Amino acid sequence: MIGEGTQSTNQRRHTYVQDRVQVGFFTDPSVCIGCKACEVACKEWNEVPDDGFTWTGNSYDNTGHLGASTWRHVMFLEQDRPKGNQIVGSLGTGNADPSAVASAEAEDPFRWIFLSDVCKHCEEAGCLEACPTGSIVRTEVGSVLVQNDVCNGCGYCVVSCPFGVIDRRPEPLPDAGGAFKCTFCYDRQKSGLVPACAKVCPTESIVFGRLDDLRARGAERVRQLQDNGYSDAQLYDPMETSVRGIHAFFLLLGEPNDYGLPSKPQVPTIYLKSAWIAAFATAAISITATLLAFAFQ
Amino acid sequence: MLPATLCAQRSKAFEGSRAAYRKAVRKNSGQGEQNARAPHMNEQRLEQLREKAWQEGVVPGRGVDVVGGPIPRKPGYYGEPVVKPPVWTWEVPLYFFFGGLGGMSAVIALGGILFHYLDLARMAIWTAVIAGTVLSPILLIMDLGRPRLFLNMLRVFKHRSAMSMGAWILTAFGMSAVSGLITLELYAHHIFPDAPDQFLRFVAGIFVFASAIFGSLLATYTGVLIGATAIPAWFLHRTLLPIHFGTAGLGSAAGLLELLGHRIAALNFLGFYAAGVETVLLIWLSVAKHGKADHAIHEHSSGWLIRIGEVLAGPLALVLRFFGFIPWAAISFLAGALVSRFGWIAVGKVSGVDPESVFAAERL
Repeated sequence: MIGEGTQSTNQRRHTYVQDRVQVGFFTDPSVCIGCKACEVACKEWNEVPDDGFTWTGNSYDNTGHLGASTWRHVMFLEQDRPKGNQIVGSLGTGNADPSAVASAEAEDPFRWIFLSDVCKHCEEAGCLEACPTGSIVRTEVGSVLVQNDVCNGCGYCVVSCPFGVIDRRPEPLPDAGGAFKCTFCYDRQKSGLVPACAKVCPTESIVFGRLDDLRARGAERVRQLQDNGYSDAQLYDPMETSVRGIHAFFLLLGEPNDYGLPSKPQVPTIYLKSAWIAAFATAAISITATLLAFAFQ
Repeated sequence: MLPATLCAQRSKAFEGSRAAYRKAVRKNSGQGEQNARAPHMNEQRLEQLREKAWQEGVVPGRGVDVVGGPIPRKPGYYGEPVVKPPVWTWEVPLYFFFGGLGGMSAVIALGGILFHYLDLARMAIWTAVIAGTVLSPILLIMDLGRPRLFLNMLRVFKHRSAMSMGAWILTAFGMSAVSGLITLELYAHHIFPDAPDQFLRFVAGIFVFASAIFGSLLATYTGVLIGATAIPAWFLHRTLLPIHFGTAGLGSAAGLLELLGHRIAALNFLGFYAAGVETVLLIWLSVAKHGKADHAIHEHSSGWLIRIGEVLAGPLALVLRFFGFIPWAAISFLAGALVSRFGWIAVGKVSGVDPESVFAAERL
């Protein structure tokens, strides 16, 4: 579990691409320290250009949101809700009276949560379905990849992502005009390396590995946290909606909406049927009405 | 490290957003730049705090949650968008307009050929080619982030992507409409003797028939295109949109041909039909409200574009046509069809940046 250090899957070479193993990210805010090493590593390895030095005023988060030039985004949530059974501050001597901790918490409940957000690499990916050029593909390891040299920048993936991840890169940034998002470091994975963000994460808040292993690990971590007083710990992996699960899934403390995540994300292809029925019906009725107009005049 | 010139270039590009930020601060303070504070913060407040500290010995604070500080209770994550708004600019609504106009012109051309209105058929197929296979592709290519790669649209055929289907519909429409135009013009000028000439008319009929089929889909698929997305204001109206876009295309085509001098009863009927349907859609849109989920349409100013468009294309065009002001009815309809296309894209941008719309749509 946490603290495997050099023994963790984050630091080992692998052959997942060659073996066609489904891989994923499990991101755990309960151990994230908000260092933003993942953001930096991602930008440096993938040579993602800077997209402005703006001050948001949103806690320590001046990244804002995922986009064409932001593929990892550390969120900083400030909530007036109690922590779990965590002993901090002046009371944090380890032997503090639990009731004193509880009363201090009840007086001024506050918690600061960090979560490194990333492209979810959906099982049913809206961007992949929408792409008219075939630029967006599914890789051997189950991730969703944009082929930059094929993308012609139509922008349809942007409105088709239920998580608002992918975006078109504006001028005057390098490689402008194309759609960009997290590549799951496909280039590194092909060479048996771990994605840059997971490799640099000092607390294993981001874990890279086999998807089935990670799901088991996530479920165990939720149990562990709930036993320790984090009653609102839950996994965010929408399997029951049309997205049918995500390859980069998260542990959340609190509700998905507080993290700017949709609680019931839907892949927009589910809307196609009713829309096309309306379109075909309108087309047929328009032709019929025109011919009738000519026939009966 | 990046070359210094590049850095300078980039920082210049974000000058705009910094200016916008400074403007926001100025607006918030209402007292000019050098004294930017939350609006309620003034000298009285400081005196109040001092008084409280003096009297009670303690001033209850809320940690980092200072009033007007970084925990404003905004929906979601600091009010950040949950989905991304469309990146499309003016080319796309204009393409929707010309695509609808051109596509449905081919339908009228088919009626003209079948019922022996040769001049109308020729004018209609010219309109179809100019609007649907010249202007539309130009606008579509202009909107691309990388216009030189536009042919990549035809690399794959994906029935689950409305954009891919649209690219193929536009291609098929272009080929059949241009072929229809060439054969119809050859027939109209009687270049060949009798027997081949009749055969030419038959061939022209086939091409125009094909362009009518693809044209009617060109006019309606755009509704599917924006209806099958993650933008709440769009997908909540996914059945209305194709009906609206298709009918607006038909009415625009009939109206334009009337303005070009073809004042026949069939086109007048189509004008009545399209304006009637648009009136029904206006009522439908004002009844089918989804609360916060599509409030961009019903409350925001961008929704007014849609309503103005629908009034121009619906009731106003209907009344004008009823009283015999046919050219005015046609102009009103064309203007309405254009304005409402811009309105739908504008609404998508408002709805896309609003996290509350997404959350509300989930609860529907």
